[in-house]
Amino acid sequence: MNSITPRAATVEKIVGRAVPRPNARRLVEGRGTYVDDVELPRMVHVAYLRSPHAHARILRIDAAAALDMPGVVAIVDGRQLAEICAPFVGALSHLAGMRSPPQHAMAVDRACWQGEAVVAVVAQTRAQAEDAMQAVEVTWEVLPAVTRMDTALDPGTPVIHPELGDNLCFHREVDSGGVDDAFAAADVVVEETYDFGRHTGVTLEPRSILADYNPAERRLTVHHSHQAPHMMGDLYARLMGILEADVRVLCKDVGGSFGIKVHAYADDFATVALSVLLGRPVKFVADRLESFVTDIHAREHRVKARLALTRDGRFLAFDIADLTGIGPYSMYPRTSAVEGNQVINLCGGPYDHPHYRATLDVVFQNKVQTSQYRGVGHPIACAVTEGIVDLAAATLGMDPLELRRRNLMADDSFPRKGASGILLESLSHQRCLARLEEMVDFPALRREQAELRAKGIHRGIGIAVLIELTNPGAAFYGTGGARIASQDGATVRLDPTGIVHCASGVGEQGQGTETIFAQIVADEVGVPMDRVRVLTGDTAATPYGGGTWASRGAGIGGEAVLQASRQLRANLLEFAAVHLGLPVERLRIAGGSVIDTAEGVALMDLAELGSLAHFRPDLLPAGFQPELVVTRHYAQRDYPFIFTNGIQVSHVEVDVETGVVTLLKHWVVEDCGRVLNPLLVDEQIRGAVMQGLGGVLFEECLYDENGVMRNGSMADYLVPMAGEMPDIEVAHVETPTRSSELGAKGAGEAGTAGAPAAVMNAINDALRPFAVRLTAQPITPEKILHALHPHLAG
Amino acid sequence: MKAPPFAYRRVDSVAAAAALLREHGDEARLIAGGQTLLATLGMRLSEPSLLIDIRGITEMQGIAVADGHLRIGALARHVDVERSALVARHLPLLSLAAPHIAHAAIRNRGTFGGSIAFADPAAEWPACTVAADGALTLSDGTRSRTVAATDFFLGLYQTALRPDELITAVQFPLPGPQRRFAFTELARRHGDYATVGVALAGDVTDGRLDNPRIVYFGIGGTPVRARAAEAALAGGRAEPAALDRAVAELGGELAPAGDLYAAAATKLHLAGVLLRRGIQSLMAEDVQS
Repeated sequence: MNSITPRAATVEKIVGRAVPRPNARRLVEGRGTYVDDVELPRMVHVAYLRSPHAHARILRIDAAAALDMPGVVAIVDGRQLAEICAPFVGALSHLAGMRSPPQHAMAVDRACWQGEAVVAVVAQTRAQAEDAMQAVEVTWEVLPAVTRMDTALDPGTPVIHPELGDNLCFHREVDSGGVDDAFAAADVVVEETYDFGRHTGVTLEPRSILADYNPAERRLTVHHSHQAPHMMGDLYARLMGILEADVRVLCKDVGGSFGIKVHAYADDFATVALSVLLGRPVKFVADRLESFVTDIHAREHRVKARLALTRDGRFLAFDIADLTGIGPYSMYPRTSAVEGNQVINLCGGPYDHPHYRATLDVVFQNKVQTSQYRGVGHPIACAVTEGIVDLAAATLGMDPLELRRRNLMADDSFPRKGASGILLESLSHQRCLARLEEMVDFPALRREQAELRAKGIHRGIGIAVLIELTNPGAAFYGTGGARIASQDGATVRLDPTGIVHCASGVGEQGQGTETIFAQIVADEVGVPMDRVRVLTGDTAATPYGGGTWASRGAGIGGEAVLQASRQLRANLLEFAAVHLGLPVERLRIAGGSVIDTAEGVALMDLAELGSLAHFRPDLLPAGFQPELVVTRHYAQRDYPFIFTNGIQVSHVEVDVETGVVTLLKHWVVEDCGRVLNPLLVDEQIRGAVMQGLGGVLFEECLYDENGVMRNGSMADYLVPMAGEMPDIEVAHVETPTRSSELGAKGAGEAGTAGAPAAVMNAINDALRPFAVRLTAQPITPEKILHALHPHLAG
Repeated sequence: MKAPPFAYRRVDSVAAAAALLREHGDEARLIAGGQTLLATLGMRLSEPSLLIDIRGITEMQGIAVADGHLRIGALARHVDVERSALVARHLPLLSLAAPHIAHAAIRNRGTFGGSIAFADPAAEWPACTVAADGALTLSDGTRSRTVAATDFFLGLYQTALRPDELITAVQFPLPGPQRRFAFTELARRHGDYATVGVALAGDVTDGRLDNPRIVYFGIGGTPVRARAAEAALAGGRAEPAALDRAVAELGGELAPAGDLYAAAATKLHLAGVLLRRGIQSLMAEDVQS
């Protein structure tokens, strides 16, 4: 026993500190392992020939010439793959009445969007596959395309899936009652329609998959750039008829995801089916051009909103109607109805108002499928709510901040329900507002605004209050019949060298999940962070879990890590007490050592305990077995979601001659519960704000009337870059959730949720002297010019 | 996507490059910085069988002043022009324009001559070359000829280059002490091709503007010199009425085509806004030394 270490200093907690990501260096040095870095023996590459038409019957596929091209291994159509991979349906049973037709891994007989895979060309290299693809001839019969969502349900519009009878995927209504009476009795009613352009997430690493089916043992290993490896393992097993136990999904480094990589793409199933067919590894790495017409899109919505108020600015009722177009199939397995569903759950969400009514129509179109993308419905709900609140303030002649102050749910009113029926645990709107007023000198900004207006310079201030659902509860997805785990697990273990390993079902996509897990382990076991190793993204080695989505990584995955770490510490203390012959109450673990709290000295390093357990169990008392591996799981069972809240403010300058919007500054006050790592949380918020700025100012998937995407390249699709980024100041209010001991809520999406509303409101505030309002996102310079100079709109 | 297969040859003389161009005709493409070509290969929009790498041709390098001219070798990279003290002193128009070209990583590779030879109508260098009365030295390895920039750009991606010719250098007459320049451009994002841009030059003497050059880009198939607008401003003091006349003339001489993000009418409107701002900048006392 070694007891000569001097008095152990109090060890500072690592959770809550701005610890940099240990894995960042590896990635910056180019030493990451993305799917495309993985090379396997006998591996071949697939390129997919994709439909150039939005809707077309496949009359004939002639691959004879292509089959003779260098390196070609196989050319396969959808019919062949359908014999290996069962069709799938993107519907959830708890979304009552939702319908979507069966979808195949590749188109069979008919392609329903420009970009749907029709022929798989497998060759020794991707370049050879692309060479051969040019020699494949497909004869098409072009069919009429449904592109517009506003006419998708009209009787004259072709029905994409005749067996469904019409183009309606899902309809839902929410009604608290009393809405019509509230509007009839209101002093003021404001009404506006908001349009949201389709856009998409753009990841640095594209969707990538390497499927390796071993026919000798009927085992499938899939290297995948994905957020939910266990979900994918289950789907591959069921659709291909392989035992789930014999499917392993590996997600090593994932170069960004944003929800784009939480879905099961037809391409994924096709690539796995090709590996099954060929009995060898098949790699598919989407290129940027095909990503634009196959990665999910999001946010094509038109929302009509009405708000009823009293003369003194009290909100009485919101009335919302959301129409959204989702492509020809609801996305599997999470569906394409969740975004709209969240819109109608969340509108009006920050405010105390008695009455609420909303309708949702989700319609099919011949465009890329839409589904969950960072923020899922929140950017729309927030823009609609905050847009109409600003309109109400203007109508009443009231300061927009003051109108919000009068209507925000009071901090002492929680837990409570919102008018749409959502359950809210504990929010801090009032404290966030107070914090915001410390950060932003509104009176000075208003003075400057007035002074500059006199000189023809038009600046605006836009406010957006938001709520965000995070830490989804135990029922989420499972209740709808989708086998997507709501719980997550963590295994921690002490090895003989005193290193603590942590394996989690929640993975890392660049947001820093592994870092916060290491922080939690370090604190809860009592070791320095450099003695922690974290493993994620391997279904063979991590506990079964849901993965990363709905801002659940820290809150759900982190709590499992905390619980497992606490139990490991308890086991280690018990072990040390038995070994040392001291009462366990006298011992604690800090800095990687067992400390005698009575003497204040370190008694032994955890490495000694580890060695003892592994190599000298003969020295332990009879009947005592140390357990150095602990697994704990956590499902959030208290609420459907743990909501967070925050406020954002955008300060912009609008050039009224050119329509150019300059972002001067952006402020964020965010309450994501306990802040585990301010560095990572702040960068999550900044990155998310940036994606929100993309949606409100730049990004839109433009289609022609035939359903062909017009701007599907990085030159033409405008992703904002560092040069477009304003300074973003972030502050926190911390209201830890009581649903977990960790207290963390989600932090990854709120930035995206609030930024579009804040910027839209700032632009409209800047343009108030001109009596115009911009409500169609992205708010492009041309839209601003057309509003200001109607003759240009011709 | 992956580029289709192609052969690759490095050459160290204009003659060798021209000989390969003659031998392979339309199947061959010159590559210098690859600013545009590599993207088109990657997207299989272009499938040449031979790339002729001309970066090693010494005589096409360098930036120098001699014989009353600023000479920019065709292989000078955008960043070389951007950082050149000679350019900043003698032809600040180019220094003003350079930061608008794409991003640093691209400016480190793309070349001055490549941009002019490719003749993208929304690119900065072709318009600047016209506005600064540049002349292009073209060579087929045996014979050289000089073509004024105004005569070089013939149509959308069409130039006066013969199939076996290279631009070897661009010559600019050294501007007199009264010559001033302005450059302004609107793009959706920093570094994007212009929605509309304009390169301006003029002699400013005691508040009077003479010999103005107004050259638009991003608005037609080539750089467009707005001669009627120039005439409306020439010899005057750019007072509001003259500016109004100049802007009004633009409607007659610009025939913009709309693009993804700006309709023709929008571009014409923006051209007028940029003209007012550009002339204001040109006439401002403290802009150029």
